[in-house]
Amino acid sequence: MEQIELVLSDAAENLLPARMQMAVSLGWHIIFVCFGLALPVIVVFTEWRAHRRDDPALHELARAWAKAMGVLFAAGAVSGTLLSFELGILWPGLMGRFGPVFGFPFVLEGFAFFIEAIFVGVYLFGWDRMSPRAHILSGIPMIVSALAGAFFVISANAWMNNPTGFTMDAQGRVVDAHPVAAMFGPSTWPQWAHMYTAGFMVTGFTVASVYAVGMLRGRRDRYHQIGMLIPLTIASIAAPVQIVIGDWIAGNVARNQPVKLAAMEGLYRTGTGVPLSVGGIYYDDRLHYSLEIPWGLSLLVTRNPNGEVVGLEAVAPDLRPPVNVVHLAYDSMVAMGSALLALAAWLGYMWWRHRRAPRTVWFLRAVAVSGVAAIIALEGGWITTEVGRQPWIVYNILRTADAVSPAPGLYLGFYAMLAIYLVLTVLTVYVLRRLARTHGTAAPQEGTAAQQEIDAPPSERPGQEDAVR
Amino acid sequence: MTLPAVVLGLMFVGLIAYALFAGADFGAGIWDLLAGGTRRGARQRDLIEHSIGPVWEANHVWLIFVLVVLWTAFAGAFAALATTLYIPLTLAAFGMIARGAAFAFRKSITTLGMRRFLGAAFAVSSLITPFFLGAVVGGVASGRVPPGIAAGDVVTSWVNPTSILGGVLAVLVCAYLAAVFLCADARREGPEDLAEQFRARALGTAAVTGAVGLGGFFVLRADAPLLFAGLTGRGLPVIVLSVVAGLVAIALLVLRRYASSRLASGLAVTTILIGWAVAQYPYVLPPYLTIDQAAAPRTTLVATLVALIVGGAILVPALAYLYTLFQSEHAEHAEVGSPQPR
Repeated sequence: MEQIELVLSDAAENLLPARMQMAVSLGWHIIFVCFGLALPVIVVFTEWRAHRRDDPALHELARAWAKAMGVLFAAGAVSGTLLSFELGILWPGLMGRFGPVFGFPFVLEGFAFFIEAIFVGVYLFGWDRMSPRAHILSGIPMIVSALAGAFFVISANAWMNNPTGFTMDAQGRVVDAHPVAAMFGPSTWPQWAHMYTAGFMVTGFTVASVYAVGMLRGRRDRYHQIGMLIPLTIASIAAPVQIVIGDWIAGNVARNQPVKLAAMEGLYRTGTGVPLSVGGIYYDDRLHYSLEIPWGLSLLVTRNPNGEVVGLEAVAPDLRPPVNVVHLAYDSMVAMGSALLALAAWLGYMWWRHRRAPRTVWFLRAVAVSGVAAIIALEGGWITTEVGRQPWIVYNILRTADAVSPAPGLYLGFYAMLAIYLVLTVLTVYVLRRLARTHGTAAPQEGTAAQQEIDAPPSERPGQEDAVR
Repeated sequence: MTLPAVVLGLMFVGLIAYALFAGADFGAGIWDLLAGGTRRGARQRDLIEHSIGPVWEANHVWLIFVLVVLWTAFAGAFAALATTLYIPLTLAAFGMIARGAAFAFRKSITTLGMRRFLGAAFAVSSLITPFFLGAVVGGVASGRVPPGIAAGDVVTSWVNPTSILGGVLAVLVCAYLAAVFLCADARREGPEDLAEQFRARALGTAAVTGAVGLGGFFVLRADAPLLFAGLTGRGLPVIVLSVVAGLVAIALLVLRRYASSRLASGLAVTTILIGWAVAQYPYVLPPYLTIDQAAAPRTTLVATLVALIVGGAILVPALAYLYTLFQSEHAEHAEVGSPQPR
């Protein structure tokens, strides 16, 4: 008996640090996932245009972005490795019991990641060693495997939101696992579309913001103009698409996880003709100080101003997620997404009427902060879906508190991880800034020639001219 | 062979690939650590960087492959392993982060102080990561990981004679593989004296590894009798093969036949790992949980097997393409036959 109590107390002590450790490491990794999804597309597209138009500025941009891609890929790869350890170390109750059901897409993801790692190496290493055609073609497996890999990982997360593809016996043991069916639950497609589009928004706006800052500092040459416009255009196409997908996923959450939707909106009472609440703080079973748009929520999720929306009161208090975190994270995502949509509309309008980008300094300032806004939207959305699922790790089946490892001292790992990620973040930013400033810097996957570039004086660098040719 | 054994066997192929390829990458980092001062070690460090630069990320994925197959097809054993051995696993994961990031970032940085810091992080983490992974293997093989979540002792499961032996052997094997691999790379890329330096290191490490391996038998006899019985019983032919391959590899090194020595060394390491697997068969977690007991439901195993076959059919040509690209690149250097322009 004493033994059991000891184990329980360890688990309780571990729960919050374990959740924080997972949140920080995933929240860090997801940014690099976005670059992994979209940057190869942008780089390969730019390289293709460069060859079609024989444009030195485009060649130079493609090369610069490819090097940044190398750094970002390395950071994503190592942070992803920690996650796969953490799934077992922190959440054995999830993996041990349900691994046979939802672990399978990770096997597929393993192969996708393999192909991605191989062709990132080939693409970066082979820049001057392959024909332009072969080189551009070698970028395609990189793009496809990133897309597929994201689908597999998201399908596992979507399964946690809406578990399908298995049955349990009376003791809660999995008796009939259908891992392929488990991959295609109701949340998989909307979540994947949402994530993939987010990848293009985060990458496009972030890369554009680097060049917008350069232009604000007076470097308004063609290199900077194109460097801003290509990623900005791609992100601006993604922004309105994301609004449509956002509506799709909201309807899906309302149907399959009504309590999560109620937390997103801070809605306590189930009712009809429910307003959409923006901002505010939730306490005493009610949202205070929020801006309300009449019938908004009913219209949004039921397409009917008098439609019924389920409130938090539908479940016992201990089955509700922390409302303020979810509501404010969701509102940040919507606010940032709307602002980015406005920026995209500004660019679109000017292009439609005048066939050029806006020239005012305010446009550049807006683009300069758009990268940060897109990352806030990304994190807000991720917090919404993860915290909104609480207290469940597998929705309505397994509580997070029951899945955490009771191993003594586990919580110390969180602090160690925080320190390591702090250093990792500083270094990543430092290296990326160096890459942005010095064109000759090598990407991690590049081989012999890159090293020679560093060692050789700038005037003797053969690689750069080869690329232009 | 039962279906679970086939799936676990394929996972073990991934583990062997990880030990050989990523092991050599770790070993290269260990030699980076021991290369000497900034100026003196520069040529060795350059060679190491060229050799592992484009391939280490792909080599690293073998570990992910092992983990995902384990948690899908042998979920309970994975949960037991990850929770009881969470300390060395976490430290190994931190080591992988430090190693990968430091190696990747060092290349993009030119300032000396920063390069030294990142180089040190790369080299030290290359040493500790295989040690902790070897300690994990020692914990499992000596029967210190019972089934159940965090059911084993989180400290003695990896701080014990067999784990220490496993960790030390892992480090030595990585260093040996790297030295052998680098001999051939050095000869292709540059002047003969660099190859000679790595040849001396390979021979030295081989002697130390052999001595530790021999002494290790006494450690195992005292600390892990079941494993010892397996290794000297059913596993003996494989172990003998490993010793023979190791001796052939050393002979080839002495004769400066580096390419063939690579193959013999790879065989020696592969057979050591197979020997471990044979010794603890049919257990996943000896002496508690057998492969069949630990296996996922049949539907999951079939799906995993199909994924492994189809995925392998895509993966193997892609990997072959990656390695060929670099071999032909090396070959160009060899054809030119001139020293590096520096």
